[in-house]
Formats: sequence, structure tokens, C-alpha cells
Amino acid sequence: MPERKAALSHTTIYWIGFCVVMALLIAAPFALSTFWQRFLTEILIWGLLAMSSDLLIGYTGMVSFGHSVFFGLGMYGAAAALLMVKPPNLWLAILFGLAGASGAGLFVAYFSTRVRDIYFAITTLIFSQIFYVIIFTWTSVTGGENGLLFSRPHFTIPFLVDARFTTATMHWFVLAVVAGSYLLLRRITQSPFGMVLQSIRENEARTRAIGFPVQRYKIVAVMLSGFFAGLAGVLYALQNEFAAPDFVYFVTSGDTVIFNVIGGIGTLVGPIVGAGFFQLLREMLSRIFGDQFPYLIPAGFVFIAIIIFLPQGLLGFARRWLNK
Amino acid sequence: MDILSSIPWELLLIQTVNGIVTGMILALVASGLTLIFGIMDVVNFAHGELFMLGAYLGVIVVATTGNFWIGLVVAAGVVAILGAALQVSTLRPLIGRDPLNTILVTFGISLILQNYALWQFGTVVRKVSEPIGSYFTLFYLQYPWYRIFVAGLAAAIIGALYVFLKYSKFGVWIRATTQDRTMAQAMGIPVPLVYTGVFALGAGMAAASGVLFAPLGGVAPTMGLDWVLKAFIVVVVGGMGNLGGSIVAAILISLLEAYASIWVSPSQAVIVSFIALILTLLFKPTGLFGTTVTR
Repeated sequence: MPERKAALSHTTIYWIGFCVVMALLIAAPFALSTFWQRFLTEILIWGLLAMSSDLLIGYTGMVSFGHSVFFGLGMYGAAAALLMVKPPNLWLAILFGLAGASGAGLFVAYFSTRVRDIYFAITTLIFSQIFYVIIFTWTSVTGGENGLLFSRPHFTIPFLVDARFTTATMHWFVLAVVAGSYLLLRRITQSPFGMVLQSIRENEARTRAIGFPVQRYKIVAVMLSGFFAGLAGVLYALQNEFAAPDFVYFVTSGDTVIFNVIGGIGTLVGPIVGAGFFQLLREMLSRIFGDQFPYLIPAGFVFIAIIIFLPQGLLGFARRWLNK
Repeated sequence: MDILSSIPWELLLIQTVNGIVTGMILALVASGLTLIFGIMDVVNFAHGELFMLGAYLGVIVVATTGNFWIGLVVAAGVVAILGAALQVSTLRPLIGRDPLNTILVTFGISLILQNYALWQFGTVVRKVSEPIGSYFTLFYLQYPWYRIFVAGLAAAIIGALYVFLKYSKFGVWIRATTQDRTMAQAMGIPVPLVYTGVFALGAGMAAASGVLFAPLGGVAPTMGLDWVLKAFIVVVVGGMGNLGGSIVAAILISLLEAYASIWVSPSQAVIVSFIALILTLLFKPTGLFGTTVTR
């Protein structure tokens, strides 16, 4: 961005923009019908999943096809807490979900970071299939194909609040978590740690030559990414009150990559925009052509066109500005 | 003594034969994948979908003409042409960009093809009967000759590929391009044509394996993913871009899965090949047979 003396500083504009978007999202439940409220909440959740993966794709240069593992284990972790502990507790569900996702994160990170580039993509893909097979076939614990059903816990703050979630309060809760995660992830990418990740993206050999333990950095990056993906999984479980093996299937990972590429990698906001764009496209197509319409065919064409003609994604033009 | 007699020897032998048969089909799929990777640096995510489309085309042609072999040739030819078209329209613009772009584009292609198949053919598994109806006795089983024949044919196709790469003019072009693209271009080799040709070749091989597999397991729109995953495991275990390595790894992994499915259900037997992959990553991340590119 060219610097002008009289104009507002970059930081001011950034935070004004952030507040405007937040205000719009906070006000959304007052203007939207229940259907669109839920729709928007889901976009935020998918956005968080995509954003977590952006830490790897956009900032470290590792394309992960395994984020469904973290997302799914977040879901099943939350389900475990809600089904086993009486009365169901919101915070315990989040804790369990994050523990599940982080455990899987450590496992996946340890093995998959031993290889690079396309091998990393392939390896993470295979890991998502491993977890899918385990969850799908271990019927006694995971409910197999049918998944697990549970009811949403109350929103509780000990001794202060104990309220039932409505569509609107759920939206605000998700918004708070997603916005908080965004700020955290932004902070991480701008920290010295994040700088090392970006240097790995630019030139891994040189980063190693300077003396950074590249693999350890990558492991931590994958784990962090998995942590936030697990958080998205917990939110999705809370929003929809079920956990199903379909979400561990690699298709979810593929969607995550699509959101990133459409929205623009390395921007953190882009993946949310990409998720919104994708979900709107899907909703629009199924309204025009009916539910049976294979919306993924046109979506696939859009995806390919964006890679070839707009490799930076929809928000690519703002990449430098957003990371400043 | 007890342990020795508790091993089901007949079953082991039957599964060995089964494992080699599926291993040869897998080797055919994986050698197409590794050929495309070795020469173009493209990880073809859509390889499984080309396999699946080949199988569907085979089923359709067999249903109309009644001849399996026409189906095999037509499917391989049509999918090879489709592969060439895909390469020209989507991969050629990406030459010179980060190879990760190619995995994304081919992922998009696989999405389109898979959903097209789902839309066009539905989820019902289609069956096609084996073109060779005779059987031989293997212990208590009537084992179909067709399976043995498939393994032989797959081996023959791979052998033909090797001879083609080694002795034909186009094969020399391919090997030259693998070694040094710029130099090959400077020597007058039409490199873009070589790329398109190689992609078409790989696509045709995937389609042929799809048709050969169709009588064994039926045809469904989602079969592509299973195969591309297995093929990925094979190329990682065998060493990416290493043709010989992928063939050995394909047979090894299919045998492991075949043995495992004696004791657990086939859907769980896949885990064995996952474990093989993890162990490979742990002890020899470059693959069992190194990373040297087939020359």
C-alpha cells in the first residue's frame, strides 16, 4: 500500500474494517430468517475450518488433504463428552473435541511432515482415509455409518448464566469463537513463529541452513492447524447435534482446500469468503435446478477456472494489505 | 504344532493368487500414475476417476456389442482421448507453475467426473460377466481362468509399456523429456506433445485396468477414490516416479490386504496397507526403492 501522510494509518483502516464486518455479522440475526441465520452460522464454521487449513496452505506452503480428520475428531470428541457426562456440559464438549483433534494432530503431524510437497498432500489424504475407515467400522463406539446423535448443551458460565441456545445466540457464540480464532491465527502468522513458517514456504532448504529445525516447526504448524480445525468440528457438532463419519471422509478435506483456493490462500479472511461463495453457489444451484442437481460439477469448473486464471483467489488482491 | 496346523494353508494359497491378480491390476493403475508423475511432475488426482470412467464405458460397450474385448479397446481409446483433452485444456496452462497447482486442478477434474458419473449412472453397482467362462479347481474352489488371464494381460501391458519406452521413437522422446525438458526442447522434441501423449497413455492404461477389473468387483461411481488411494500408497511405498518400484509395491500391498482379509473384513483389511505406508514413511520416507526416476 502506498503511504500517504494525510490518510488514516493502515492499522486504523484495518480495525475499522474489522469492526464494521463484526457489527454486520452481529446484527445479522435481526435481519435474517432462521434458515439464513443457520446458513450464515455454517459458513462461519466452514470458514474457521478453511482458515485453520490456510495456516498450512497459505503460510507454510503445505497442502493438507487431511483436515477432515481434525474436524471429524472434534465432532466425535464433543459427542463423547455430551453423551457420557451428565448433565451435558458445553465447555467439557469443547475440551474433549479439542483433545481429540490435538491427539490426531500430533499423530498426523509426526508422520506426514516427514515428507514434502505433493507427498505431504497424498499422505494427509491417506490419513483422512485411515481415520474414516476406523470410525466407520468401529460401530460399537462411534455408531458406525449412523454416527451419534445428541442434544445441544446449555450455554453455561458457572454461577452466572445457564441459558438454552437459540438460533441467534448460537450464531453469536460461533461468531465469537470464529472471530477470536481469526485474531489468534492472525497474531500467530505475524509472530516470529509465523515468520519462520513463511520462510519455510519461500525456501525450505535455506530456512534449514539458517539453523531452524524445520520439521519441528512444521509439526507445530500442523498441530495448531489441527487444533483450530477441531474447534470448527466442535462448533459444527453443537450446531447440528450429531457426529457422522461422512465428515471424516476426505470430501470434507477437499472442500476445505476448495474454500481456500477460491477465497485466496495466505489471507485468513479469504477462506471464509471462499466458504461463503461455495455455500451460496451450492444453495443457489439447488434452488434453481432442484436438490438432485449435481452442484459439484459447476463448482468444479469454477474451481479449475480460478486455479488457472485467478491463482490468488477472490481476495488475493488484498493479500499483502491483510497481512500487514 | 498347534499354531502350524491352525494356519489355513489352502486359504493362504487362494489369497496369494487373489492378491497377485488384484496386485497386477493395481500395478497397471499405478504405473500410469507414476509415468505421468515421473515425466510431467503432475500428481494425477483424477486417475481413479479415469479408471472408473473406463469401467463404465466398458460396461456400456459390452452391453451394446456383447463383446468384452471391443469394450476394453473402446474404453481405453476414448478415455485416452479424454485424457489428452483434459491435459491440453487444464494442465498445459499450468506448466512452469508450482506442481501443487496440478494436484488441485486434477482434484477439480476428479470432482467433476465423479459427480457426473453419479448423476448419469446412479449409485447402483453395475455388474458385467466374465468374458472367459471356464474355471479350474483350486482346492475346494472353482477358480475362474479370467482372473489368471487378467494378471497376465496386465503384465503384458506393463511389459509393452517398458518396450515402448525403451525402443520406440516416442519412448525415447519421453525419456529425454524426463531427463531434461529444456535440452529436449532445444533438440527439437515437441515437448508439449510429449506431455499430452503421456497423459493420454496414462489415462488409457487407467481405463483399461478399469475394464479388466469390472467383472471382478462391479462398477460404481465411487470406485475411483479407492483405487487412486491405493495407487497413491503404492507410489509412495514404491518410490514416486519409479516404475519397477510401483509394480513390486502394488503386488506387495495387494498380497498384504488379501492375507489380512482372511481374518478381518475387507473394509478393515485396507488398514494393513495404511500401516505399510506409515512404516515406510517412518523408516524410508523416499520409498522402498529410492527416488530415482525410471530412465
